Amino acid sequence: MSREAYQVPTTGTLAPTREAFGAGVGGEGPAINYLCGDCNSKVPLKRGDPIRCKECGHRVLYKERTKRMVQFEAR
Amino acid sequence: MAEPKKPITRTPEELEKRRIVGINAETVTDVTSTDFPGHWPGEDHAWDAKKFRDSFQVKIHHLSPLESSFSLIGIDASVANAFRRILIAEIPSLAIETVFVHNNTSIIQDEVLAGRLGLIPLKGNQRGLVDYLKWWRKPNEEEEPGSTSFDYNTIVLALKMECTLNQSAAKGETDPLKKYHHAHVYARDIEFKPFGEQAEHFSGEDAIAPTNPDILVAKLRPGQCIDVEMHAVKGFGSDHAKFSPVATASYRLLPTIKIKKAILGGDAEKFARCFPPGVIGFDKVTKEDEKIEDAGYAGHLGEKKAVVLDTMKDTVSRECLRHEEFQGKVELGRIRDHFIFSVESVGQWDSHDLFLEAVSGLKKKCQILKKNLANMAN
Repeated sequence: MSREAYQVPTTGTLAPTREAFGAGVGGEGPAINYLCGDCNSKVPLKRGDPIRCKECGHRVLYKERTKRMVQFEAR
Repeated sequence: MAEPKKPITRTPEELEKRRIVGINAETVTDVTSTDFPGHWPGEDHAWDAKKFRDSFQVKIHHLSPLESSFSLIGIDASVANAFRRILIAEIPSLAIETVFVHNNTSIIQDEVLAGRLGLIPLKGNQRGLVDYLKWWRKPNEEEEPGSTSFDYNTIVLALKMECTLNQSAAKGETDPLKKYHHAHVYARDIEFKPFGEQAEHFSGEDAIAPTNPDILVAKLRPGQCIDVEMHAVKGFGSDHAKFSPVATASYRLLPTIKIKKAILGGDAEKFARCFPPGVIGFDKVTKEDEKIEDAGYAGHLGEKKAVVLDTMKDTVSRECLRHEEFQGKVELGRIRDHFIFSVESVGQWDSHDLFLEAVSGLKKKCQILKKNLANMAN
């Protein structure tokens, strides 16, 4: 693609903002536990909640390990 | 001109010498046995059951549930080695085969944890393990996973541990075992989950449990947890070492030490120090000793001399062969058909049962061979 053909995406209509994810449905759905990257405490978050640890205010959260069973051969 | 065959007579010393493997400073001599037909002219060495029965001996040195030591005297190395190999690889025992990890947030990876769990020795009711438990077969690709597992071939175990902070621990406590609950996960935390008819065979004292409760499986810190389910099945050591019922099963040949010439006084003490304690002792030179020709005892009546007490304790380090003063005075060797077995069980079997099981294992193999030989003739 040549440089001239490239169009800068216009904000507002196409690119979703953070509000777009949570707006209107905030507070719905089950709370999912995340782990704080700093203090390792459990952070239950619902849709639209700010991604922030409730204990220390750290902004990096990790997903918990899958609950799905994994099978291994003891060899 | 062919002379008529004279019957060759051997002195007992000559016959005894045939049993000895010579050990020199740098070499080992007469390693192979010679008691087979055609080796010694004029002698019949055909194998004979009666001759074997009369000459074969078993001596038991030490017996305990976990360790036994005994001698087999008058047996060929091939048979002794067959017993050893059957002990290691062909006696069945129970071990964890599959691990279902529900959750594992410890620093030890799932597959490594599974490998560690597999190596934990298990114990349980002996009759139940031998007679009730049958063989488990891995389901093939068309079958449902787990469709071959039943109460008579699979033992279910569970391990569920979560580490938490101990609120009542002293401030500034540095010992993780006091600072946290369940900081260490041990083999004793493994729980037996009987199902079906298993409770009838394995309950109370006879329940399936790790033999060594203090095996450290993993270390945890607060917030980490391990939640796994394990399936243990019977298998053979030839498949994986975790199924081997012995920690060690080995033999060595009984050492011999022959003092050919007098070792007296200070030399005798030095000679004794060349061996482990208890192998060499001391005695006084007697009048009988003085009469032995060329032995160097003459004129030393009443002096201290070195004598052999117990060669069983010798490790055959050959240290005595390094010293100038003992040159030509001592002869080391091993008795070729005296096997000192040492069998150490990991706990599922009693160590003396293990050897009997190995004997019946070899017997079964021989019967199969015999049957097939009969078929070959037809």
